[in-house]
Amino acid sequence: MLKFIVPFGLFALLAVFLAVGLFRDPSYVPSPLIGKPAPEFSLPSLQDAAYPVSSKELLGQPWVLNVWGTWCGGCREEHDTLIAIAGARTVPIVGLNWKDDNALAQKWLVELGNPYAVVAEDRDGRVAIDWGVYGAPETFLIGPDGVVLFKHIAPMTMEVWNKEFLPRIEAARASAGSKS
Amino acid sequence: MIGNLLRTCFFAVLLAFGSASLAIDAEDAFDDPVLQKRYESINRELRCLVCQNQTIADSNATLAQDLRREVRDMIAAGQTDAQIREFMIERYGDFVLYRPRMTAGNFLLWAAPVLLLVIGAFVLVRVVRRRGQETDPESEGPEARQS
Repeated sequence: MLKFIVPFGLFALLAVFLAVGLFRDPSYVPSPLIGKPAPEFSLPSLQDAAYPVSSKELLGQPWVLNVWGTWCGGCREEHDTLIAIAGARTVPIVGLNWKDDNALAQKWLVELGNPYAVVAEDRDGRVAIDWGVYGAPETFLIGPDGVVLFKHIAPMTMEVWNKEFLPRIEAARASAGSKS
Repeated sequence: MIGNLLRTCFFAVLLAFGSASLAIDAEDAFDDPVLQKRYESINRELRCLVCQNQTIADSNATLAQDLRREVRDMIAAGQTDAQIREFMIERYGDFVLYRPRMTAGNFLLWAAPVLLLVIGAFVLVRVVRRRGQETDPESEGPEARQS
């Protein structure tokens, strides 16, 4: 009896490992930033280069960083969702315009609407590297204490927002409230 | 016939060594050959995350170009290879390394070959011993075999 159970058990174990591997998305790379302080940045604003956008100013509230570019198809796809999310005024959405053309980016916001509280222009892509960005769109959630809580890789959807972002925002607000 | 063979050999050699010697940058990042060599060897160890089966030395994706620029700047600033690797891991995780490190999370993966070899050897020894006993007419009589 044991003669059959042991090989079958080993086979089942191997099958489970392979099945898990089969259904994982290889293009999803988990961010090592989760649970760590968000990388600081200070960049010129897209609309007015004289006005800097600094990550320090956002401390004390949960906020969202959305990495986008006009060259990115997924960003066009998620744009209407971002506008809907911004309309609910839950948290400020900060845009990181990644390696883009300033005029094109401004035109995009005028034509499609602007969901961002402010947009930082990362022309040379250095801040994106600090954040471990490897493709657009990517969306980060940062807590009131400046710690990265979550990262979504792929266009934002209402489903992801409701399931992954909102509960974390509420939890972050609750724990920040109890501390102060 | 011999011409064909020679041509095959030529292409085989080209395939084997050709790609490694061709850098993707239009020109060398450093005039100093030592620094240039370091630059190229670090690039060959880092994964381009948008085009996952290529190193940043192989890829012309904008991210790969940006990461090569970071590597170049860090070498120029006098950072060590280990510091540059650490910089990349902090941002992109262990996946950025083509030669993964051993960590608590992937220890089982590293230990698996040795573990499987030990288990295999153990099973082999047991099977061989049992068979030896079975075919040995001195130790086991025909009566014993019937049971």
